Amino acid sequence: MKHSLSFFIGACALLFVACNKTPEDRSESFPALAPANIDIQAGTWKPLLLTKADEVSLPAPQAANSPGYIAELNEIKSWQQKLTGEQKASIRYWGAGGVLRWNEIMRTLVAKYNLPPYQNADGTYPVPNAANPFAYPIFPFASPPYAARAYAYVSAAQYDALVAAWHYKNLYKQAAPHKADAGIKTLLPVSELSTYPSEDAVIAGVSAELLKLLFPTEQAYVQQMATEHKLSRILAGMNTRSELEAGEALGKMIAQKFVARARTDRAGTAGGNQAQWDQMAADAVAKGETPWISIDAPKRPPMLPLFGKTKSFLMDSMMVINGRPAAPPSVHSAQFKKELEEVKYYTENATPERIRIVQFWADGVGTYTPPGHWNAIAAEAFVKERYSEVRWARNLALLNLAMMDAAICCWDAKFTYFNPRPSQVDPSIKTLTGVPNFPSFTSGHSTFSGAASTFLSYLLPGQAAGFKSMADEASMSRLYGGIHYRSDCEVGLEMGNTIGKIAISRARTDGAD
Amino acid sequence: MRCNNAGRLLLAAACCFFWSAGQAQTDLDALTMNKKQLCVGFQYSHNSWDHYWEGTLKRTNENIGTITTQSVALMGNYGISNKVNLLFAVPYVFTKASAGTLQGQKGFQDGTLAAKWNAFQHKGEKQAFSLFALAGVSAPLSNYTPDFLPMSIGLHSRAAFVRGLADYQRGKFFITGSASYHLRNNVDIARTAYYTTEMHYTNEVEMPDMWYANLRTGYRGRQLIVEATADRTTTLGGFDIRRNDMPFPSNRMNLTNVGLSLRYEPGWLKWVTLTAGGTHAVAGRNMGQATAYYAGAFYIFNFGKKAAVTKTSQTP
Repeated sequence: MKHSLSFFIGACALLFVACNKTPEDRSESFPALAPANIDIQAGTWKPLLLTKADEVSLPAPQAANSPGYIAELNEIKSWQQKLTGEQKASIRYWGAGGVLRWNEIMRTLVAKYNLPPYQNADGTYPVPNAANPFAYPIFPFASPPYAARAYAYVSAAQYDALVAAWHYKNLYKQAAPHKADAGIKTLLPVSELSTYPSEDAVIAGVSAELLKLLFPTEQAYVQQMATEHKLSRILAGMNTRSELEAGEALGKMIAQKFVARARTDRAGTAGGNQAQWDQMAADAVAKGETPWISIDAPKRPPMLPLFGKTKSFLMDSMMVINGRPAAPPSVHSAQFKKELEEVKYYTENATPERIRIVQFWADGVGTYTPPGHWNAIAAEAFVKERYSEVRWARNLALLNLAMMDAAICCWDAKFTYFNPRPSQVDPSIKTLTGVPNFPSFTSGHSTFSGAASTFLSYLLPGQAAGFKSMADEASMSRLYGGIHYRSDCEVGLEMGNTIGKIAISRARTDGAD
Repeated sequence: MRCNNAGRLLLAAACCFFWSAGQAQTDLDALTMNKKQLCVGFQYSHNSWDHYWEGTLKRTNENIGTITTQSVALMGNYGISNKVNLLFAVPYVFTKASAGTLQGQKGFQDGTLAAKWNAFQHKGEKQAFSLFALAGVSAPLSNYTPDFLPMSIGLHSRAAFVRGLADYQRGKFFITGSASYHLRNNVDIARTAYYTTEMHYTNEVEMPDMWYANLRTGYRGRQLIVEATADRTTTLGGFDIRRNDMPFPSNRMNLTNVGLSLRYEPGWLKWVTLTAGGTHAVAGRNMGQATAYYAGAFYIFNFGKKAAVTKTSQTP
């Protein structure tokens, strides 16, 4: 009996080997943003859509000795008398950087909305409708092209709005609240940058305004985040209320230029119609090729087949067409057979390491997509660089404009050639990740990754080798997973590199470098 | 003799989107091996479903068709004493989908080791009552991926459980009830970020703990045991699969099964025990509505001096 008991107690002790703990989240440990360089001249950087930095006017701040201003200083002190734990957490969260946090919010929304609609009873598929966004399927379906464009618009608008903000900061040279009143505690790193208008409020205003368009059912969440973001600046002793209000107004005004562009950039009609889908198949047949067929059951219309016609920021439509890669190997060619066999080889000989690579880069349904993955990679690298908010915005804007172009050029190629996936040609190929519902050539992952790694390597040359090996791995992950041929990956990567270079040439001339 | 294998031990590890584990007399019954007896054998199980609960919504999916999970497990039970037994299971699992392109997975799933202690026993002339306590651990035996559901062979979580079990027998009829709490360790996935109801920037997934309850009743004879079973798995946390999303290891996986279980010790084949049975899911959440059956064969090795004298601890 004694032995029984001691044995049992021993076994129970083993239980404590397994105990749950909340995983550490990398985004929670980002330090407060203390820019290495405040980029005082950023008001002279070249904006993307604004014709000039002061296209949208901003009135001068109230005088430092005005009763209104003094009342605002008192408001800060009043909040600071008793800060709750939640308020301190909010200061810490937003203190890591506004562009960073709104980029994360974007990634969250993309992941939340990246779900393909479920079919109707008759086997057709409902299409999310921007005019009725709450009805199932909820608008939008944040697929990779949709996501690439969404990241691009928000980042680009943040950049233009911050260029304008920096212009007015330099124009009005408003001293920080703590300089006007020594009773104000600063709970975040201070700089010599003028605090009017508040760059944080500019970011919150411009982002919230664009997200109304891109994720219309999330307005309550977005507005709540914007409100928290602004308040955190008062709590932290960094901005007065009117600095925030001016910043938000400026951000919202500038957002309108981007909203107007987004409404007319042809992405809204990228879904196409049955006649257009049929024509693409007929064109492939006319060339003697096997047209792409949806592998989904029931068969699903292709994902945004006309996305290749979306208006780019950095390229014109002739550049897209002239840059289109030559056709992939014909399904009748020896080269094609060789590549198909290679796909089959990888699916039949999966190793734990290759499965890890497939999953690491899968970025499929319910994730922030490959462009979101590269935003996450960039953000973690940028945190270490201690960029100013305006440089954060500029770098993410060009990164995301390049990835939007990658989506445009890749979708242009996919729906020009309309070629089949490996599993369509050889149904015995069983894949290690879901087969995307659009043609094979070129690989979207490869194109996105080529563009992103090329541009990031320009920004951070010391990490170029790392970015390149990530892009190569992302590209090959699609071959290992059994959903792309080698030429899809290699040509996609090359096309992406070319697109990345277009973003670099813009970066060289925008005044920031 | 009663061969008291560890079939259901797999539960701790394998309670999954598809629920693969075997089903046998087990760590869920009131039987023990005598001191220095080793009962060891193999059990095959077959589990399949075409309907599943996406959150609470029951649906089918033409892109996977029917998911079938088969397993072959080496199981054993060793009598450290007449009161304390050590149980183990080593399963090899295969999955496949009847439709779509997703590749079936295979490999050694999670090994389980548990101790079972007969803490209290009362024997009357016509009836008997006993109490048991169990504790066990399980851990993945290979580096299979948990992030490819529903094709993954398991959830790759290290886990531990404690269980209380009570048994009442009157004549040849008995009823056994048990309940256990399962602690599950976080699992690592290849991705460095994932969305549940919010974004997580980590490759670690927090796995909610689980409750498991089991009720079985029926006939317990010298050679034959026939039982009706019911069990319920309740995950204490986790999130629902969204409309048309993929399943994830930390989903809230609940399942209620009913089943039938048989055990036979042929008089003409000394030291051998044969088992068979099946279960069917009647309610669930974020899991397949599986129908499962199993069959096993076990042999008892006697290492003790008085090996010839064996008896079940429970038959009055």
